[in-house]
Amino acid sequence: MKRIGVLGLQGAYAKHLAILQQLDVQAVDVRKGEDLEKCHGLIIPGGESTTMTKLINEIDMHDALLKFSVDRPVFGTCAGMILMATKVDDDRVETLNLLDIEVERNAYGRQIDSFIDELDVTTNGHPFSMRGIFIRAPRIKNIGDEVEVLASVNGEPVLVQQGHHMAAAFHPELTGETRIHNYFSTLKGEMSLA
Amino acid sequence: MEKGSFEVKVGLAEMLKGGVIMDVTNAEQAKIAEDAGAVSVMALERIPADIRADGGIARMSSPQVIKEIQETVSIPVMAKCRIGHFAEAQVLESLSVDFIDESEVLTPADEHNHIDKHASKVPFVCGCRDLGEALRRIGEGAAMIRTKGEAGSGNIVEAVRHMRQVQKDIKLLTVLGDDELMAKSKDLGAPYSLVKQVGKLGKLPVPNFAAGGIATPADASLMMQLGAESVFVGSGIFKSEDPPVRAKAIVASVTYYNDPAKLAEVSYDLQKAMKGLDMAEIPEGERLQERGW
Repeated sequence: MKRIGVLGLQGAYAKHLAILQQLDVQAVDVRKGEDLEKCHGLIIPGGESTTMTKLINEIDMHDALLKFSVDRPVFGTCAGMILMATKVDDDRVETLNLLDIEVERNAYGRQIDSFIDELDVTTNGHPFSMRGIFIRAPRIKNIGDEVEVLASVNGEPVLVQQGHHMAAAFHPELTGETRIHNYFSTLKGEMSLA
Repeated sequence: MEKGSFEVKVGLAEMLKGGVIMDVTNAEQAKIAEDAGAVSVMALERIPADIRADGGIARMSSPQVIKEIQETVSIPVMAKCRIGHFAEAQVLESLSVDFIDESEVLTPADEHNHIDKHASKVPFVCGCRDLGEALRRIGEGAAMIRTKGEAGSGNIVEAVRHMRQVQKDIKLLTVLGDDELMAKSKDLGAPYSLVKQVGKLGKLPVPNFAAGGIATPADASLMMQLGAESVFVGSGIFKSEDPPVRAKAIVASVTYYNDPAKLAEVSYDLQKAMKGLDMAEIPEGERLQERGW
């Protein structure tokens, strides 16, 4: 069975684990570099990107994450997306440069401006609608040529994919939505584990 | 587009899980907290240990201080208002604070009524000592609960008492039959619909954090192991001899609460924790936890 890890340093990791448990995969709580070895894919949850940056550095996990991402899929939501970007407007956050996107933190405003909106998503050529919940969300300001947009809000990308990596500005794990996680679980890196 | 709904409010509480929310009284302390890895800061006029020492009326922080903190840090900024003081809450909402703590640490403004938290677009966190109190606050619209402990005491005993009580009350609900839940709802003084929901879920319908007395990494680990999903640290950081180092150690202790070797490692360089108070030194009637119902 495919094993998908959730980076459990801080944030909504338990919600991601709960969604994965509804799918045909084994969910793994990842808190150390060595936990990555048994995973076929990794989710970096929402939370605070400054806090996660500090914890990743505290345990020297940065290089382990980079190495993991070369041949295995990574999916970041909200703060996780910020950590995957090539460019962010804040030097308090150290990114992994996994997706050719430029992001702005808390770009929609403070919590009072957090919102839920109806999203039109397309994965594998199949369109569907879902509710997207945006919490002090980051905005994708620019994307590289190789980045595919899977969903947008007001013309701005909110769900993107590049090769075997993907990222969302919103939180599919908070609305009981399984389709996004299910799609991610089908992505294949170059590495095949038994 | 939907804003300010209960689901959106609880969403932010979910993001704060596994993190540390630190009490700060100015922008300089907020910066130290953010640099240490805090997920959020709580703005208040004086930290609980000083409120206890100085006496007088403790009120909401000044808008100027809150603005300075908001301009200094990128993490969510919370602020406290007095129990029942909905006008303070309205001011905090107009300042766009990210979370409001209707807190027993400040002097209560209303001895009978807590704030109608559904009326605000900003999420609220409230303290509790048992499940009934937690569910009354959730019934009023709180999007996060924290056990009260005894703020400013540096003593974990009350936080433990309250967390154990809440967990025990929840466990009981999971084994009671449907025909017993209304009577239980009456005993708890809590809304029947929430009592039923907790019985089914086996946990609170909103995140449950711990507060009041956390002074060391091991204290934070203890509360996490007892079922807290995150911790608030008030006086424990800025009343210690080494705020930046201690703040960082407590952040790591929440992530690695189940890893004693890691806890020992992060505690290695710590200097003295805050002195703290035995509960016998705080007479009944002067305990902050007794405020609110």
